Amino acid sequence: MQITEILSTMEYGPAPEDRSVATDWLAGHDAGFGHFIGGAFGDPGDGFAVTNPATGAEIARVAQGSGADVDRAVAAARAAQPGWWALGCHGRARHLYALARHVQQRARFLAVLETLDSGKPIRESRDIDVPLVARHFYHHAGWAEILEDTFSGARPWGVCGQVIPWNFPLLMLSWKVAPALAAGNTVVLKPAEYTPLTALAFAEIARECGLPDGVLNIVTGDGTTGAALVRHEDVDKVAFTGSTDVGRQIRRATAGTGKGLTLELGGKSPFIVFEDADLDAAVEGVVDAIWFNQGQVCCAGSRVLVAESVEARFVDRLTARMGKLVTGDPLDKNTDLGAIVHPDQLARIRALVEQGRSEGAGIVQGTAPEGCFYPPTIALDVQPASVLATEEIFGPVVTVTSFRSPQDAVALANNTAYGLAASIWSETVTQAMDVAGQVKAGVVWVNGTNLFDAGAPFGGYRESGFGREGGRVGMRAYLRDDAREGSGAAPPAPDATPAARGPGGIDRTAKLFIGGKQTRPDGGHVYSVGDGAGLAGLGNRKDIRNAVEAASKAAPWGRTTGHNRAQILYYLGENLSARAAEFAGRLETMGAAAEAAHAEVETAIRRCFWYGAQADKVDGAVHATVSGHVTLGMVEPLGVMGVVCPQAAPLAGLLSLVLPAIAMGNRVVAVPSQSAPLAATDLYQVMETSDLPAGVVNIVTGPRDELARILAQHDGVDGMFYVGAEARMIQTESAGNLKQVWCEADGARDWAGPDGQGRGFLDRATQIKTVWVPYGA
Amino acid sequence: MDPAITAGALPATTATPARNPGQSLDTAMFEGIRVNRPAAEKRAAAFGARRSVKKLHQAAWLVNAVRLIDLTTLAGDDTAGRVRRLCAKARVPIAPRIADGLGIADMGLRVGAVCVYPTMVHHAAAALDGSGIPVASVATGFPAGLMPLHLRLQEIEWAVAQGAAEIDIVITRAHVLSGDWPALHDEIAAMRAACGPAHLKAILATGELGTLTRVYAASMVAMQAGADFIKTSTGKEGVNATLPVSLTMVRALRDYGAATGHRIGFKPAGGIKSAKEAIQWQVLMKEELGRDWLEPDLFRFGASSMLADIERQLEHHVTGRYAASHRHATS
Repeated sequence: MQITEILSTMEYGPAPEDRSVATDWLAGHDAGFGHFIGGAFGDPGDGFAVTNPATGAEIARVAQGSGADVDRAVAAARAAQPGWWALGCHGRARHLYALARHVQQRARFLAVLETLDSGKPIRESRDIDVPLVARHFYHHAGWAEILEDTFSGARPWGVCGQVIPWNFPLLMLSWKVAPALAAGNTVVLKPAEYTPLTALAFAEIARECGLPDGVLNIVTGDGTTGAALVRHEDVDKVAFTGSTDVGRQIRRATAGTGKGLTLELGGKSPFIVFEDADLDAAVEGVVDAIWFNQGQVCCAGSRVLVAESVEARFVDRLTARMGKLVTGDPLDKNTDLGAIVHPDQLARIRALVEQGRSEGAGIVQGTAPEGCFYPPTIALDVQPASVLATEEIFGPVVTVTSFRSPQDAVALANNTAYGLAASIWSETVTQAMDVAGQVKAGVVWVNGTNLFDAGAPFGGYRESGFGREGGRVGMRAYLRDDAREGSGAAPPAPDATPAARGPGGIDRTAKLFIGGKQTRPDGGHVYSVGDGAGLAGLGNRKDIRNAVEAASKAAPWGRTTGHNRAQILYYLGENLSARAAEFAGRLETMGAAAEAAHAEVETAIRRCFWYGAQADKVDGAVHATVSGHVTLGMVEPLGVMGVVCPQAAPLAGLLSLVLPAIAMGNRVVAVPSQSAPLAATDLYQVMETSDLPAGVVNIVTGPRDELARILAQHDGVDGMFYVGAEARMIQTESAGNLKQVWCEADGARDWAGPDGQGRGFLDRATQIKTVWVPYGA
Repeated sequence: MDPAITAGALPATTATPARNPGQSLDTAMFEGIRVNRPAAEKRAAAFGARRSVKKLHQAAWLVNAVRLIDLTTLAGDDTAGRVRRLCAKARVPIAPRIADGLGIADMGLRVGAVCVYPTMVHHAAAALDGSGIPVASVATGFPAGLMPLHLRLQEIEWAVAQGAAEIDIVITRAHVLSGDWPALHDEIAAMRAACGPAHLKAILATGELGTLTRVYAASMVAMQAGADFIKTSTGKEGVNATLPVSLTMVRALRDYGAATGHRIGFKPAGGIKSAKEAIQWQVLMKEELGRDWLEPDLFRFGASSMLADIERQLEHHVTGRYAASHRHATS
């Protein structure tokens, strides 16, 4: 070729990245990779092939981890943990700092290896993945250093079992490993079957920079290896990033074990373009949203929702822009979209797009070479019912749906089981921030997309998982929470047959409290409580259904100011105080000694004040992330919470859990102490006179664990507090919509004492929404 | 291979339709358009990261950049001799040995134009006689433009009479800053009329307009007033050509073309010094507008020192040794 020829076409030509360091490294390991356990690589065994998806060529063989391999790795991590903790904050910080430095020094090697293994374009692994990895280790070297100053008295979980996906192999490793080590845990990590190589390279780097043996262990393998790890009885904390289906399995597998759990799962994130957006900026946003890493991104903006008034113009520009994208050799610096990670994934994308086409979507595609590649794709006129709008495709396919108004946009945005991320494009801050507040997503980017930083919490709402990675809240997830061991057995089944004796006096029949009204139980039964103290409604699944519906309708409670909620909590305290003697008497009829009864009422009143005080003080944060960006941490309520109360301290116990929930703006369906519910039912009148809006607190008395099961299964319940013996059942059932659940056995703490209140209850009743706003006049 | 190229001619420029005749002011074409600066900056930064030209392609892209240069001197100490030296460089922008080494000795490589002050036009025209290289003149009270309009129009007419084929005018920034779009439109339309057959490049002095949203609006008004090119800067503002500003202007140009069918040229100027930047701006044009905007009828660089860096890079391509400017003819 001659220059004159090039001048006529002005093509870019090839710009291959030098792969020699990575291929030399692979050649040096042609005998295969064993697991990295206790600071040494083991025997590769038979293993399985790792391929370069761009060529289909085998580039390495790695070991298939067995249950015994996982046992050895967990044992190595367990053995190393006391020594790692004993190094102290500064000692661990030095190691994390060294890891950060070494990642930077090996940056190009890691980037090329990542691209060979995953098929992602070298531009992304070089400019995005690996720099974020280094940043993550630097940030967490800092957390290691100031751990004790920041989280005084906190203790690590111990051994963390971590399972990561194939879309950002090294980056997800850093998100998992850095905070775990900074908090003083040791780690067993299983990289994805398709992409284990950078984790193994990282293990070598860790060895090179002197990380103590056993602190980091890598076990390679498929899903069975991951399952063995998360189920391992000596793993204290499980962290998983991957599909929602596997997330559910892990939720069930860890249920009732007391293991800490954080899940970063799938998404179908909306990308909302208002008519006052900079449309060119938004078009480029789509490129970064769905054509980043071939769309194999959990937080990809895969549903474009565009104002009908600009839809045609936007689609024209987006189509033109798509035409400029280059799909091909991931190691070429001009490649925009690389290979799909595996032929199975490619087949899945193809099948979904064909299904969408048959449902009536208009499919517009760019070009892609033969092989494991898929062209950038726009699906037009996609209705919310289409498979393309509901299924996470995990490919370079974006849907376009129009909306008429901001309200319509929010409704469409939230019409999904997921809640990972959202992009909002509008040049009007008033509109953008309004919608940012309304979308159900853990991460919101205003006039941007796929912005990440180690200091900015990342994680999902709804079925996108729970827990956050990054920043202070991400560190918190690697420190042991304060749930304690308890002993309480399940209460005996409620008896709905007439009792031997009753309380006497004018009959007061306790009903249920649903939607601000005292209602008879659906089943028409009552049960005897407190050895003749009285009768309580025997709630059933329909009562729970009605209560959840009432709680859902009380959504405005979450949007009132903390000040307003505080006023009502104080008023509750005031009215409770006015009837203190009556409540104490009630507690006595249910078996409390006089002094204890008075003390419990006094505690209940104090709880009202304490959570009233907190209602307007749980601030969010402005995170220190990237220059030119405001990164807000907004504290939002979970939504509708099921609160299953302790058997003991029937008044203070209930309020100890209900008050933090409603102080933060949640609406509650409470199941009071099964054996002593009458203090709770007496609260109906107090709530009614305290201006608590209807539906904010609903109370259903009856068989605790049966009602709790219905709450745990309910897809309209967003979170639960459960005190009782059936944590395993509750957490298993919660997997349906992956609601956030906190469980503790009865008797683990004195609910009428100081342990019954604290900031931790507020944290567990809230979730963090991270809002990014790039600025510049 | 295209026979025109083997014959040593330049690649054919695109068939040029009628000049942009301009139109009356239509504020609907820009009011309501808001440009998000961080997004523009991010996109601008991506041109260098997403696209790369290496080896022979890099050499070709640098040769192309030479064709696009308005080789410029706009200094208070310009003299006839200085201008003749510049023109000599314009005729032979890279040393024959380098052109030989690149295999382009017979393509007749020359720069896009020579750009000077009005009083230097006749020196330039004489020095470039027979070369086919047009002379561009700045005018209208360059660089601030704060002269009475009739004098600015006379200056254009005088420069055209001196032999300028292209006139780089400056706009009254105050009209943009105060949002007086009719005044801006009428001023540029009058200048366009004064240009007659000479092409008008409207310098927006974007470094003094404050926001990209205004840059977009001013670009659109200039095109509505009949500009053949829109140009970023005089080179005398505090901030001159930047990629985000250029991105904003070429998008305005694209939108004007989509609405009217007229193709407008673009000229970044001021502060563009390196061969690397020459590639980045060409990538911007190709990605945002397409291959046609890599030809001198639709794209020029206002630059002086950039040529020296390109020449060094090209010599390195030929010899494999790093080059030194003192071994190349100065402009």
